[in-house]
Amino acid sequence: MSTESIAWPSTGAASPTFVDHLHEWVTTVDHKRLGILYIIYALVFLVIGGVEATVMRIQLIRPHYDFVSPQVFNRMFTMHGTTMIFFVAMPVLFGFANYLIPLMIGARDMAFPRLNAFGFWMTAFGGLLLYFSLVGANGLYGAGNAPDVGWFAYAPLTARTFSVGHSTDFWTLSLLVSGFGSISTAINIVTTVFCMRCPGMTLSKMPLYAWLNLIMAGLVILAVSPLTAAQIMLLLDRYLGAHFFDTQAGGSAVIWMHFFWIFGHPEVYVLVLPAFAFASEIIPVFSRKAIFGYPVMVGATVAIGFISMSVWAHHMFTVGMGANANTFFVISTMAIAVPTGIKIFNWLGTMWGGKILFKTPMLFCIAFLFQFLTAGLTGVMLSAAPFDWQLGNSYFVVAHFHYVIVGGILFCLFGAFYYWFPKMSGKMYNEALGKLHFWLFLIGFHLTFDFMHVPGLLGMPRRIYTYEPGRGWDTWNLIVTIGVFFQAAGILVFIGNLLWSYYRGKTAGSDPWDAWTLEWSTNSPPPAYNFAVIPTVKSRRPLWDLKHPDDPDWKYE
Amino acid sequence: MPSRGSTIWRILGPQIFVCLGGAAAALADPAPPLSPTNIFAPASTPAKSIFGLSLFVLSVTGAIFLIVFGLLLYSIVKFRRRKNDDGREPPQVYGSNQVELAWTVIPVLIVVALFMATARVIATIQKAAQPDNAIAVVAIGHQFWWEYRYPALGVVTANELHVPVSDDSHPTPTFIKLLSADTDHSFWIPRLGGKTDLIPNHPNSMWIDPHETGLYLGQCAQYCGTQHAKMLLRVYVQSQDDFARWIQEQRQPAIIGSAVSQGQRIFETTACINCHAVAGTVANGRFGPDLTHLMSRDTIAAGAASNTPENLRQWILNPAVIKPGSLMPAMQLSDPELDALTAYLETLR
Repeated sequence: MSTESIAWPSTGAASPTFVDHLHEWVTTVDHKRLGILYIIYALVFLVIGGVEATVMRIQLIRPHYDFVSPQVFNRMFTMHGTTMIFFVAMPVLFGFANYLIPLMIGARDMAFPRLNAFGFWMTAFGGLLLYFSLVGANGLYGAGNAPDVGWFAYAPLTARTFSVGHSTDFWTLSLLVSGFGSISTAINIVTTVFCMRCPGMTLSKMPLYAWLNLIMAGLVILAVSPLTAAQIMLLLDRYLGAHFFDTQAGGSAVIWMHFFWIFGHPEVYVLVLPAFAFASEIIPVFSRKAIFGYPVMVGATVAIGFISMSVWAHHMFTVGMGANANTFFVISTMAIAVPTGIKIFNWLGTMWGGKILFKTPMLFCIAFLFQFLTAGLTGVMLSAAPFDWQLGNSYFVVAHFHYVIVGGILFCLFGAFYYWFPKMSGKMYNEALGKLHFWLFLIGFHLTFDFMHVPGLLGMPRRIYTYEPGRGWDTWNLIVTIGVFFQAAGILVFIGNLLWSYYRGKTAGSDPWDAWTLEWSTNSPPPAYNFAVIPTVKSRRPLWDLKHPDDPDWKYE
Repeated sequence: MPSRGSTIWRILGPQIFVCLGGAAAALADPAPPLSPTNIFAPASTPAKSIFGLSLFVLSVTGAIFLIVFGLLLYSIVKFRRRKNDDGREPPQVYGSNQVELAWTVIPVLIVVALFMATARVIATIQKAAQPDNAIAVVAIGHQFWWEYRYPALGVVTANELHVPVSDDSHPTPTFIKLLSADTDHSFWIPRLGGKTDLIPNHPNSMWIDPHETGLYLGQCAQYCGTQHAKMLLRVYVQSQDDFARWIQEQRQPAIIGSAVSQGQRIFETTACINCHAVAGTVANGRFGPDLTHLMSRDTIAAGAASNTPENLRQWILNPAVIKPGSLMPAMQLSDPELDALTAYLETLR
């Protein structure tokens, strides 16, 4: 709709220097630039977290191996988990939400641009604070060290008795700081979706992407707040002699578990709903059909949002909650499988009768469907509390949630990268490299995470830096580790593809996928003001209406 | 399995074995054992109840997996864009209330069935009453070893739990009270039962009734600090007679000959006794394992090494070689002192 472009506000110099560019990016309040900052920041941490995972997998390649010491291994899994959840998954999904939501709902920016910048920089400093622990935790003398209490940091391991030095403080402060960032971004998303939609876009005509991110943002507000409160309580315990979680002074370790998981389980949906959102945009476009059952998809999302607040203690089936509490969390957890299943069926319904085009974004989304199906079903196994008494805290659980986070969320995310890269950069990615990335990562993923279920069934607990021979775990662990190298190769191809395409790629044009949502109606990359004229929409697929004036959607919705 | 008579099991029981996936069936075969810690080779009532439930859950989820996987595969093959595509958009379908209703109601029914089966097993295991003839054990998790106390029998030991076999003629279940001295731990012997956590200020309990004698392995299943990995569990299931004999031996105080008085003096005048106890002597520390009958155990360092004189000597000299991060300090003893001390410990039978 907009054809002309307007230059970025000039800083006065004739040709902007590097410092001018830096100044522009650091002080920006533009939702697109902040979105890209989030995404690049998350990619850097993805590589760091991946290296940490690789160190762990090399250590576990055979029993009694001594690639790293137990101390280093324990720091690796703590940093890997914390990094991947708080400084990769959440920022990258916030980044896409920031970039896409205003474009999709026909707005010129988020509701609170300055709060948006605040949110990003809080998250960014949180990540830096976490990694500063490597040199700062014990001071620069002797060995600096990173947190080693696990990413859910169960009490009383975090008490000063058991965690001397400052490594746990870096962990808790970094999550406190980035938590404020997450909450402010979530408030921004909710406000933007409710208040900034273009004329004609009622809630029931909003793209599913915006709907799912709205629910995600609501969950962030509800779930991150208790985590932030718990971090403050932990700091009070450690420095002001409070005894919330200090079991040696009568505190309760179980209370920390409740605080953590009332955050921790909705957090899974905070991460997976944006992934669903990607799939709900990509699958229809590459099947050439409208999303199947839009109202049901919205309803299922809202249902997931509500139910996800009542399932947290399924992480605690082994802590001795008693039969009645366990039974309640079994039924609430199993119940969430219903709306989640409905989503899978609706994506299937979307593809049914379509003309499926296997471009890289669609390949990732199709793999997501199969893998998320599997992850959901292993989740049902874990929801049966007695089965969980065997499977919980074993490698089966590790395999299960990596199936969700890697096989589900990361696959959708890769799909989203390829799908919106032309919009963000104005350049087309290299399709051959994209497919190479897909196949390498698919093989690596399945080698690693399919086979990782087995040692769990054979009694291998998680978070052990080494294991005994003769338990039947050796071969499985070897295969799991081999898969990591395929994944790493896939990631290298991915990053190479992004860089190569950014500098050398073909010009993409404003609408390379013949898609239907508003972001494809403006230039690639979009100008600072997004739309020269604020669009008016009559249906969920405004560009379909434009391209098919004889057969518009609004006649049927 | 005690719940065998219920309706749901009568209906679904046979289907379990029909629907069972090949992988699960292979894992379920206890002989030859795939692993001494295979959850699909149960040898105790709680583990068997869980095994039965897991087969039911696996068969239901396996069936769902096959159906949905098949539908997904069919749709991406059948509805792929063909080479000779005419370039026109396919018919736009926006949804169908009947279909939505179907794929909502069917999953709800499946969830109800799974829930009922699960609730039964929870009750069977968690609400079981402790019979009078049960062996009562208190297990206390420490960084990074296990303390076992038999209050009614007057026995204290470490790292190697002995329990009697429980067969139909002599049902003798063992009820274990789970406590922690420091951080969270979790007690998990996969072939005997699911795991239960040991949490400070939060006493838990679990029970097992092993049906066959033998050695059952496991390890701590809740991250508890640096050496979580080498906090191994060993449960010796003995015949009733062997168990009674073992209890009798464990109740005796240490028998110490005069030949090792040098080693005993070193033990009692260095830091050893701050943490370790030897019944009948001045050593009464409780921070580390009770050593009264050290030589009756097959392993040292919570299962990390076999109990040989060389390992014992190495362990005292520098525990970090066997178990880096262990809370036992290197004792800084001279070679003659080490020899004497090891010789003394060797007599604690």
